[in-house]
Amino acid sequence: MTFLNEFNQWTPERVQQLIDAAGPAQVEQALANEHLRLMDLAALLSPAAEGYLEQLAQRAHRLTQQRFGKTIQLYAPLYLSNLCCNSCLYCGFNADNQMERRTLSLDEVEAEARILHERGFRHIQLLTGEAPGAVENAYLAAAVQKIRPFFSSISIEVYPMDECGYAQMVAAGVDNLTVYQETYERSLYDELHPYGPKRDFDWRLNAAERGGSAGLRSIGIGALLGLSDWRKEGFYVGLHARYLAKHFWRSRINISFPRLRPADGGFKPLAPVSDAALVQLICVMRLLMPDSALVLSTRESASLRDHLLPLGITQISAGSSTSPGGYGQQAESSQQFAIDDDRDAEEICSMLRAQGYDPVFKDWDRAFLDNSNR
Amino acid sequence: MDKLTIAGRSFASRLMVGTGKFASNELMAAALNASGSDIVTVALRRVDIDKPDDDLLAHIDRDRFLLLPNTSGARDAEEAVRLARLARAAGCEPWVKLEVTPDPYYLLPDPIETLKAAEILVKDGFTVLPYINADPVLAKHLQEVGTATVMPLGAPIGTNKGVRTRDSIAIIIEQAIVPVVVDAGLGAPSHAAEAMEMGADAVLVNTALAVTPDPARMAAAFAKGVEAGREAYLAGLGAIKDQAEASSPLTGFLRD
Repeated sequence: MTFLNEFNQWTPERVQQLIDAAGPAQVEQALANEHLRLMDLAALLSPAAEGYLEQLAQRAHRLTQQRFGKTIQLYAPLYLSNLCCNSCLYCGFNADNQMERRTLSLDEVEAEARILHERGFRHIQLLTGEAPGAVENAYLAAAVQKIRPFFSSISIEVYPMDECGYAQMVAAGVDNLTVYQETYERSLYDELHPYGPKRDFDWRLNAAERGGSAGLRSIGIGALLGLSDWRKEGFYVGLHARYLAKHFWRSRINISFPRLRPADGGFKPLAPVSDAALVQLICVMRLLMPDSALVLSTRESASLRDHLLPLGITQISAGSSTSPGGYGQQAESSQQFAIDDDRDAEEICSMLRAQGYDPVFKDWDRAFLDNSNR
Repeated sequence: MDKLTIAGRSFASRLMVGTGKFASNELMAAALNASGSDIVTVALRRVDIDKPDDDLLAHIDRDRFLLLPNTSGARDAEEAVRLARLARAAGCEPWVKLEVTPDPYYLLPDPIETLKAAEILVKDGFTVLPYINADPVLAKHLQEVGTATVMPLGAPIGTNKGVRTRDSIAIIIEQAIVPVVVDAGLGAPSHAAEAMEMGADAVLVNTALAVTPDPARMAAAFAKGVEAGREAYLAGLGAIKDQAEASSPLTGFLRD
């Protein structure tokens, strides 16, 4: 049985009914349970739980400090390519958008890596669009090998691969996979992806499992917030996370909370997610998955990020550029989306220290994966 | 307090301290100092071995503390062995706190892989202090392959629940031929005292210090708890009985 089987049993109507059925009694019961059941997840995501936001936040804060202490891990994204053959209506890399397209050469990748290494980063996330023929597994593996000397942990957020592809990434030195489903609502997914290989909902949905089977050490999932109702999306993310944690128990499941940002193409959120909703979602995910890394990118404003940190966030990006070559001196090509928090790593560290957190640049060692003598 | 001896080396303190989860390296250093500890464990995955002035290590006085690298994050024996060798190659003493925790949620140790790694590392010349579940039979196996201690958990890492594995730890202590260090789950000085009263040779604490608003003060409190527990163990605790025993028994006249 794959997650797809379980997922298909939870139609949007069924999830909606469960959420709608929750009242204060269900919320209070959920808050009293040490381990959340699926009905608790629905209750805490429901409108009825909005009156319990502070209690949710307090519990999420306590759990996070207990499991992660007063530390926040920092990472930086490195965009390798903005070439893409997909037509995702919300994405700046949409093949229909007119923009300068480029894929970094391996030397350019190394140059970007050196800059991020000098800024202190030891955890890096490599990103690409989907471009068969230009950005393929062999290119990615070569890029990973090129930058391995600079980083302790290398993560990929790229097109979905088959299990062999993920195994190839692991062999090259990748330890973490991130693959967002964008929306778990199948009919909306179809509308938002008019053409391109990304149209295959099921292939994308099972990518996390293929990564788990290939031995990736952590697997990040999430929904792109703003596409569909966040409560239902939150339920599906929770369902997915729980499934992955049970079936790939040696891998850590990470959850991200990307909210739609302005991008080329001018797509407007179909279901805007308020700050309060984001808080509720983050807190509920912490209660559901006490040991999962919860990740917040520079999509959010500096002020909001500062306030969200104590609620359960354990990893943040800093000083990000979302265009290939964006860290170097060369002219920037078009970006995937506009970032909101433009503070550099030093400023983020100062903020973290002021809030009583230790900014952690390294919390992994490539020796875990490395059979050679570094 | 009487000294703790591990692998022929003596330590004045019976409190070991972990270095993760602190809000800053300064708070961590203050806690280490206040703890009076001699042994400090550091997750190798947090240390930038390629960087000689690594910030974390710079805050640990290597002349005062024995730096005990740990292999946390290792999912199997091979990874743990690799990490331990890496630490030694980087100049650490060949002491290692062996942690093989394939489950990233409760960080529970894998008994099979731990035993495999311990055997390899002992043969390789390491002084091995393995973190284990409170399993008396596993403790015996580890002793047989030559580990310097056994370190059973009181409760899962970071839970602060105290000595939940009390009965099994009692068996381990009763049967051990190496020092028993209760590791993980101790959330209060009274938990540390409890473990020491039971006869544990030492305890290891991290989360309870790291997440309190005043880590140094909590570290000092744990030091006192450890000392009190050890003294009570050495003095010999009174037996626990179900019925009260009158100091002037009612049948005492029969013996007059």
